[in-house]
Amino acid sequence: MPAFLSLILLNLRRHKIRAAISVTGVAFGVAAMLMIVSIVLGAISMFEGILAEESHFVVFEKNVSDLFFSSVSMEQIETIRGLVQVDRVDPMLVGIVSSADHPIITCFGVEADNPRLQKAQWLQGDRSEYGREPDVVYLGERSAQFLKTKRGERISIGKAEFTVGGVIRTQNGFEDGGVFMPLSLAQRYFHREGLVSVASVKLKNAQMSEAFKHSVETASGALVALKNEDFNRSYSQFRILNFTSWAVGVCSLLLGGMGVANTMLMSIFSRIREMAILRVCGFSRGQIVGLVFGEAGILAAIGSVVGLGMGFAGLAVMNRVPQLQGYVHAQVRPDVILAILLTACVTALLGALYPAHFASRIQPAEALRFE
Amino acid sequence: MESPDQDNTTPVVLEGRDLWKSFDQGRIEVLRGASVKVRRGEIVALWGASGSGKSTLLHLLSGLDVADKGTVSVLGQNPQFEEARLALRRRHVGFVFQLHNLIPDLTLEENLQIPCIASGTAGSQIRSRILQLSDAVGLSHRLRHRIQDLSGGERQRTAICRALMHEPQILFADEPTGSLDEKTAETVFELLFKLAKNEGMTVVIATHERRFMEACSRVVRVTNGQTLSS
Ligand SMILES: Nc1ncnc2c1ncn2[C@@H]1O[C@H](COP(=O)(O)OP(=O)(O)OP(=O)(O)O)[C@@H](O)[C@H]1O
Ligand SMILES: [Mg+2]
Repeated sequence: MPAFLSLILLNLRRHKIRAAISVTGVAFGVAAMLMIVSIVLGAISMFEGILAEESHFVVFEKNVSDLFFSSVSMEQIETIRGLVQVDRVDPMLVGIVSSADHPIITCFGVEADNPRLQKAQWLQGDRSEYGREPDVVYLGERSAQFLKTKRGERISIGKAEFTVGGVIRTQNGFEDGGVFMPLSLAQRYFHREGLVSVASVKLKNAQMSEAFKHSVETASGALVALKNEDFNRSYSQFRILNFTSWAVGVCSLLLGGMGVANTMLMSIFSRIREMAILRVCGFSRGQIVGLVFGEAGILAAIGSVVGLGMGFAGLAVMNRVPQLQGYVHAQVRPDVILAILLTACVTALLGALYPAHFASRIQPAEALRFE
Repeated sequence: MESPDQDNTTPVVLEGRDLWKSFDQGRIEVLRGASVKVRRGEIVALWGASGSGKSTLLHLLSGLDVADKGTVSVLGQNPQFEEARLALRRRHVGFVFQLHNLIPDLTLEENLQIPCIASGTAGSQIRSRILQLSDAVGLSHRLRHRIQDLSGGERQRTAICRALMHEPQILFADEPTGSLDEKTAETVFELLFKLAKNEGMTVVIATHERRFMEACSRVVRVTNGQTLSS
């Protein structure tokens, strides 16, 4: 076997540049896939975190494509609060505003006893003041940085001006880059009086899930209640994001795989005579196929390792870029790495399929006539 | 010179009967009913003009190619089938060509290992066989040299060693000295005969050079797509 391996390596050594180019192709594919998928998964899990904080269910308007468009009335919130299964309900109004240099700032309209305010680390200001004064907002640590402001200063967000009441540090990149305002202020500001986007619901007992879901949906046909995990699975924005990231990743890997295919084809066309000789020396068709797949496999393996290295390095760099801080919170999961490596292997093998087929069909007598 | 062909008790190891072969969808008819019978230990020359079909006949007899019509039997096997061909190449037949067909960027020793990689033969056996053969052709001091650094004669001697690595019973040689100068050709030829005799091999050589034919036990003339045995 080691001798067989050295025959495979021989050809890679012969054409170092060619081999390096296909390794690079695979590596870029793997790196791109790792970065895109990890960043998207990280973003999704941050977003999930916003909703899932200490809750079992999210309740929102039926058939909306995006939570920003969901409307749940305060009466409906009160109805939910009255259900027997319910321990607590935290309504939230989410909106998007812009400031001079920052086209997108997420606003969270939440009540003073919202768990995320309790759990946050108050860097400036005090939670007990939250909601006491009109026109006072609280900033996530990141947004305080990029808005270059601090407690007590006035800032303009969108068309209005507010006073900064405090700065908090949360566990979540989105929240850290966002603005918190008392729910009633947010409703006025976004012209959505009496409405919220979603409600996070904590049950008295997790076993009451079915009953709760049923109660909500009978109380109001316009609402849906989804368990957090179901919500994450079914929320179309997540699905689109997730799907897109995998699609982009797979495409970039396919490009890498085509590089391998090209290399393998060149490698075989330039070695028809050599393959014929190997056949004359007793190599079976299977062994010839083994040589080709071995070569492709090694290219893919080296490319994958290099690509993972590049991907991790890229993510580390992105974590350091100040403009992205907080928003990029890549989540590298082992199953994702496995899936990427598998994709790399499969594309490389697919790329080697035709070259291997071609090589296995070389006829010694005919091939030996070529000089 | 006594030909073993006369001795009807020596077993036939190779036989081609009424072989037909054409190329280019029948436009080039090369063989039209050629027949050859070779007994064990014979050294048979296939002799004929350039383009007469010697190589083609050799390919059919050795299982490198398949006849349009007619039958071949090599050591009792029918090389029409891939498995039979593979088994023959791995165990019983060896090839030397006009061009050495070695892998130029491998060393002499690595080239000799190729047949053993194919058949999965164990390392220790290979080593002693390599030493024995390279010594017999006077190249044991060049084992670690790459083929591209060897002379034409040395390469052809290496090719002969490679053909003999697995101790084949039949050696097929197609103009084995065709690309060498006269003097080198002579030494290589002598070497080939000596080794064949030492190892008790049957040899079929395609050649158009008269001067080597005396050394053969029998000459089969290839002409007009047919064969005339002398
Ligand atoms: N694969 C092929 N396709 C087309 N024509 C072929 C093929 N193989 C052989 N021929 C033709 O068959 C004829 C015999 O070829 P072959 O190589 O057997 O001759 P030869 O006797 O070995 O000649 P030489 O002494 O020059 O080697 C030639 O005319 C050759 O062009
Ligand atoms: Mg010829």
